[in-house]
Amino acid sequence: MANDTNLIHPLWVRLTHWINALAVVVLATSGWRIYDASPFFAFEIPREITLGGWLGGAIQWHFAAMWLLVANGLIYLVCNAISGRLWHKFFPLSPSAFFADVLAALKGSLSHADLSHYNMVQRAAYLFVMVDSVLLVLSGLVLWKSVQFPILRELLGGYEAARREHFLAMAALVAFAGIHLLMVALVPRTLLAMIRGR
Amino acid sequence: MIRKPSRQLAIDGDLVLKDATKEIARRLDQPTRRAFLQRSLSLGGLSLLSGCSVVDESSVENALMTVSRFNDKVQAWLFDPNRLAPTYPDSMITRPFPFNAYYGEDEIRQVEEESYRLEVTGMVADKHAWTLAELRAMPQADQITRHICVEGWSAIGKWGGVPFADFLRRVGADLSAKYVGFKCADDYYTSIDMPTALHPQTLLTLTYDSQPLPPRYGFPMKLRMPTKLGYKNPKHIQAIFVTNTYPGGYWEDQGYNWFGGS
Repeated sequence: MANDTNLIHPLWVRLTHWINALAVVVLATSGWRIYDASPFFAFEIPREITLGGWLGGAIQWHFAAMWLLVANGLIYLVCNAISGRLWHKFFPLSPSAFFADVLAALKGSLSHADLSHYNMVQRAAYLFVMVDSVLLVLSGLVLWKSVQFPILRELLGGYEAARREHFLAMAALVAFAGIHLLMVALVPRTLLAMIRGR
Repeated sequence: MIRKPSRQLAIDGDLVLKDATKEIARRLDQPTRRAFLQRSLSLGGLSLLSGCSVVDESSVENALMTVSRFNDKVQAWLFDPNRLAPTYPDSMITRPFPFNAYYGEDEIRQVEEESYRLEVTGMVADKHAWTLAELRAMPQADQITRHICVEGWSAIGKWGGVPFADFLRRVGADLSAKYVGFKCADDYYTSIDMPTALHPQTLLTLTYDSQPLPPRYGFPMKLRMPTKLGYKNPKHIQAIFVTNTYPGGYWEDQGYNWFGGS
């Protein structure tokens, strides 16, 4: 695999990507149903797009898919770190180059010729998703076991603060997914690459 | 649905009693069974959206239940018997403290103090029924802790009563038993693990905010555990039993996680 120069995404990246996508869809849609049981903002999520049928069902889905997200996420991060991919794909990160790429993207002049190369916007977005997912897991741990993780609970500002953080981190992830899907629609080759690797 | 005993049967006292008992059991069973039917649609809105059942629902539910049992074990393993839930000053008490039950406020049960007896059965040495006076005579403790509901909301309240570990030792409970079960005057029932039963903040609660526990919060007695979600904290407790046979619970039997710890 190492000398296959045409490969854009190695198999483990593709596998963890799609497992993660499944886990995120299940967690987000079941999480919305849980939120609806006691909303803390002035809106509810339409039931039609939630998973679980009722609070107990949604919690079962949520607390099953969390294991998938965590296990898959750990595999992804460990493979990323030991393969060195994390450093040479996502770094260096330069703020000025980031803004230049954002401008280029908005003008439609950002090159996607080489899909194995991540531009600054991609690097920042993917790194953000990694950090955001970690925050989702940590705030989720505080919601699930607030008594058993006192340091984490206090770091996040207590149980009630963790609820909001968990929700906002979800919203950020969903916003990313929306933009991500839009980008895939604009450059459909990327979808093929994430399926067959090239 | 509700069958009335016929006039002829009314002559036979035994038959009427038998019929009535069956009838009550059936009617009590109704809400739960109805809930089961409504709640079996685990795919919820998404299955409506897709318009078809891509997977067999009962096998999905069995798989989810298996994970829920696994989560019970993980929580039992994570549970530190000496780790205390945070406590708060009086000024942080949520006023008014919310009422919550599987029924509305207009259906709150009224329990008579004079005739009240707490039944204690199962793996205990002393099976005598307790009066409220006897419970009040035991050493009392209080706590201001956060009640976390499975729905997500939380509220801080002040509860006082008998540390449950003291009570279990007093009745000579087998502390190596797996479960402590509760049956309540409002037909609620639940059960907890022994390590949580023995946790220092688990309280056989007789007071709320230094006043006798009002009916809305579970008169004459509730079990308060700041280490567990609200639905694990039974109100109007009438019977406590120590057992190695899994007793389940009102919500737990419908799919809420049994350990329900926080």
